[in-house]
Amino acid sequence: MTTSAAASSGRWRLRQPSVIPGFGLTLGFSLAYLTLIILIPLAGLVWRSAGLSGAEFLAILSDQRTLNALKVSFGTAFIAALVNVVFGVIVAWVIVRYEFPGRRIVDAIVDLPFALPTAVAGISLAALYAPNGWIGQVLNLFGIKAAFNPTGIVIALIFIGLPFVVRTVQPIMEEIDREVEEAAATLGAGRFQTISRILLPGLSPAILTGFALAFARGVGEYGSVIFIAGNIPYVSEIAPLLIVIRLEEFNYGAAAAIATIMLGLSFAMLLFINLVQAWNRRRYGHGA
Amino acid sequence: MAHRSFRLRSPTTEAPLARYTLMAVAFLFLALFLILPLVAVFIEAFRKGAGEFFLSLDDPDTLAAIRLTLTVAGIAVPLNLVFGVAAAWAIAKFEFKGKAFLTTLIDLPFSVSPVISGLVYVLLFGAGSALGPWLKSHGIEILFAVPGIVLATVFVTFPFVARELIPLMQEQGTGDEEAALSLGASGWQTFWYVTLPNIKWGLLYGVLLCNARAMGEFGAVSVVSGHIRGLTNTMPLHVEILYNEYNFVAAFAVASLLAALALVTLVVKTVLELHYGAEIAAGRKH
Repeated sequence: MTTSAAASSGRWRLRQPSVIPGFGLTLGFSLAYLTLIILIPLAGLVWRSAGLSGAEFLAILSDQRTLNALKVSFGTAFIAALVNVVFGVIVAWVIVRYEFPGRRIVDAIVDLPFALPTAVAGISLAALYAPNGWIGQVLNLFGIKAAFNPTGIVIALIFIGLPFVVRTVQPIMEEIDREVEEAAATLGAGRFQTISRILLPGLSPAILTGFALAFARGVGEYGSVIFIAGNIPYVSEIAPLLIVIRLEEFNYGAAAAIATIMLGLSFAMLLFINLVQAWNRRRYGHGA
Repeated sequence: MAHRSFRLRSPTTEAPLARYTLMAVAFLFLALFLILPLVAVFIEAFRKGAGEFFLSLDDPDTLAAIRLTLTVAGIAVPLNLVFGVAAAWAIAKFEFKGKAFLTTLIDLPFSVSPVISGLVYVLLFGAGSALGPWLKSHGIEILFAVPGIVLATVFVTFPFVARELIPLMQEQGTGDEEAALSLGASGWQTFWYVTLPNIKWGLLYGVLLCNARAMGEFGAVSVVSGHIRGLTNTMPLHVEILYNEYNFVAAFAVASLLAALALVTLVVKTVLELHYGAEIAAGRKH
């Protein structure tokens, strides 16, 4: 353990004094490991795309195929996150509020997308929603094609994103004080009014956070998408797949540039989530 | 409950019709998007019977893929376990400058696309990098070999153990450790006999999730693996190859092993939450 920083008493301390040993060892190891595994490789990525001239970077960015891939990734992730907000809130509500046999199993199954490998989900969804699959056949009757086009991507991203919404909203729902609802009811509010005017506004920061998490995950998702997407350039080709394609062409510069743009957008999302949570804590006294 | 009575319904729940509609919507949604895909994996795997199922698993490349997946998880999970405990010790037991920033950095891999997690190592060790030619001249293989797969897996599973332990150990405070130390225990003794028993269920929970992701990772590993059959193909990558060869029974057979792993993970996770909920970071579900 190092006490040097703390011992140099006075104004600035790296840490508060403590009798517990191991600060230097554990922090030193953590920082070294973090730097080696995460920070240096990520810095290498930024370094590589910084090595491109502004004109090269712009050329990659303004390439129609890149633009379309980014549009497909962000567009489908946005739609899937919206769908997940609607159904995720309903699922969370049913789990939190209603008593029914098998409630715990339903609760546990929500985490399936966290546990099931993405490639497994991908081939299974492709088999189900393909024109000759169980669900695909039914949808075909209505003239809906749900696989090998952007709709297929949305379906895969709904699967991937659902637990993010449910698990963000659920704990906040559990904390709702029933007295507030009783008060609203005694004051003459209908059940619909109570939900839309009292409950949903209180839940909205959590819903927004869940949306952002599902959206961010959807943008970067690869394994579950590529089997059902059809991967048609300009139409149903996602940005992560385009990175893989550029890598296979040994076009490392383009791969790094697309990755950097995606990372930049992801960090903007992360910042946004943190701001929402900070705002939420100030307003409601608890985080999402 | 009040809704049994003829006149009164609890003012804090919905009318029966609304309640049943919501439940129906929720169950239908979960059935279509979660349960059916899970069931389909096993049905497709056994489409041509159990004999064909086992026959398609008994293939040298498939067995090599299973071995590689176990090896990679066997290296990556312990590495992140040690890191998780160390990071949680530093963050939860001490007050220091930059703590919040460090916690944010640990979560960073969760917001990076798996493909990018693999890409960063290709850029670092690949032919076009500064390190690439040096590695090649010294005969060190990282990319398209096991070390690269391990590195990519460590990257994507990096936060799992740490983010489980940090809130748990913060909640537990430092009182127990201070008591042990004041009674003459050494630092290591304090950790082994006081801290570790306090965090064991949370630790197991984190390792469980870390392992599930490590064995199932696809995107990051796909980028660094090189897809050499029998050598650098993990189980998820092998699923992709078999599927693209239209060998559906074999693809779903390997996939069903991974799906079974996911089910075991979910069951153990649920049991841990039920029995040791308080000893896993309180109220925090994954």
